Amino acid sequence: MRRVRAWLPGLLLVAPSIIAIGVFVYGMLGWNFQLAMTDKHSEVAEGTFVGPRNFIDIWDQPRWHLSVNHTIVFTIVFVLGALLLGWLLAFLMEKGIRGEGTFRAVYLFPMAISFVATGIVWRWLMNSGTGERAVGLNRLLGYLGLPEWHWFRDQDWGMAAMALPAIWQMSGYIMALFLAGFRGVPEELREAARVDGCGEWRVYRYVVLPMLRPVLLSALIILGHISLKVFDLIVAVSGKQIITDVPAVFMWVAVFDSHDPAKGATIASYIVVSVAIFVIPYLIWSVRKERRS
Amino acid sequence: MTAVAGRHGAAFRWTRFGVLVLFVVVFLVPIYVLLVTSFKPLTEADPGQAWNLPRTWTVEAWRVAWEKLAPGLWNSVLLAVPGSLLSCALGSMNGYVLSKWRFPGADVLFTLFLFGMFIPYQGVMIPLVQLLVRLNELTGLDGVFYGGIPGLVLAHVVYGIPICTLIFRNYYVTIPDQLIEAARVDGAGMLRAYRSVVLPVSGPAIAVVIIWQFTSLWNDFLFAVFLTGPTSWPATVMLNNIAGAQATPYSQQMAAAVLASIPTMVIYVLLGRFFMRGLMAGALKG
Repeated sequence: MRRVRAWLPGLLLVAPSIIAIGVFVYGMLGWNFQLAMTDKHSEVAEGTFVGPRNFIDIWDQPRWHLSVNHTIVFTIVFVLGALLLGWLLAFLMEKGIRGEGTFRAVYLFPMAISFVATGIVWRWLMNSGTGERAVGLNRLLGYLGLPEWHWFRDQDWGMAAMALPAIWQMSGYIMALFLAGFRGVPEELREAARVDGCGEWRVYRYVVLPMLRPVLLSALIILGHISLKVFDLIVAVSGKQIITDVPAVFMWVAVFDSHDPAKGATIASYIVVSVAIFVIPYLIWSVRKERRS
Repeated sequence: MTAVAGRHGAAFRWTRFGVLVLFVVVFLVPIYVLLVTSFKPLTEADPGQAWNLPRTWTVEAWRVAWEKLAPGLWNSVLLAVPGSLLSCALGSMNGYVLSKWRFPGADVLFTLFLFGMFIPYQGVMIPLVQLLVRLNELTGLDGVFYGGIPGLVLAHVVYGIPICTLIFRNYYVTIPDQLIEAARVDGAGMLRAYRSVVLPVSGPAIAVVIIWQFTSLWNDFLFAVFLTGPTSWPATVMLNNIAGAQATPYSQQMAAAVLASIPTMVIYVLLGRFFMRGLMAGALKG
């Protein structure tokens, strides 16, 4: 009883948040999932339970295939691009460099701006006009005598172009993560390896890189979950065009243009599952790791 | 031998510096475009001059953009200021309890909270809209919960609980337990210990959380586009509408984009250090 008295006030203080998270996160995820299992295909429909039918039927829609393929291309280019660029910048700055603060500030500032605002510039930069009508990057390519490109309007690789603004926006963050990782490697460890006759490259390969693995994992999780739910950027650059459709935009269209709640909920469920598959193991792993230390 | 190594070292240092400067230029290109285009008069809008500096600088586009965007900017202030303060208060209390006043199952609860940080908000959006519509009907307050700023603040505060709790918890863990114990021995209860021991040293964490939440509320588009209507559109939605209209010249689009970004940019320039710490907390690093 005394012990209960010791922790009860704490529980009471957190209770509003527990209820809020319970209702708004878990309750609504469940509610959404349940809605996806009904035939509520218009706002006034009653919505009776139909099982997983919507989840299967959506694969009959060409637009769904497109948006899934787009997400895959976008994710690969964005995640690899931001990781490589972020790592490169951190690697170059790792040993300390004059003006480091300025470099960091410049690489990180896109994080402070909304995708909607940067999307406006990138739409201009990646304008698909060519020749006389070329603006943005195509005009620069023209000056340099290089071939112009349709950027995000390219039939096959449009989503790779769409990943460019996302890389620009997020690689500074990844740089900061890696830089913190690099700086977390104790100098004595590197020194010990050097004394054992390792060259700089081997020190890097066998001492530093293995210690960056947790950072790499965090970076992958962050980039991956941003990529799977990408929405603002796509809307700002190209609106609702099919050529750059992704599940989050498709869901928006299903809710507001098609007025089909069950379809919207189905797409939303797929987005949640695609993120949960790798975030849940990661969370359990990192909480366990923290408890061990 | 050392001389050769030294020369190589110098060459490496200069290459390194050169590459970093090159990337600075690349990173700043969009900013150049934003500013230069926004100061151009309509007569210089042809593609041939796309990358040139304006021959005559004008603030005409800025004036028009301001007129169009001002209601949205004001809505964003009404959203982001109360929203970030409320988030901060909740996060601080939760973080305090979960680090210093733990109850059975606190760890599991914390993990469950953390998942809320990563969920794609699409997964809750349709039920959230339905709930807010229902709240409008129940209270008879039309356009308050759904289609209004209060509903949007509510959503942001609730879905901001995980990250704010995380930041405060990780900060409070560093306060020695003995300080709390000492306060308890002196007869202080949970809230007194919070007020007299924890709150006075919370400054940095409060700054991190407020800056983090202010930035995410200000920059949010997803919640706003689902939950607000024409009178309550924040700056991001209004900006997207302005830019999406075919008739809006590039100069106005760019000026509006800068206007909508000024508050968060100012915060970033003045308080970048705290912004950085929020980012690191987002990476789940303690």
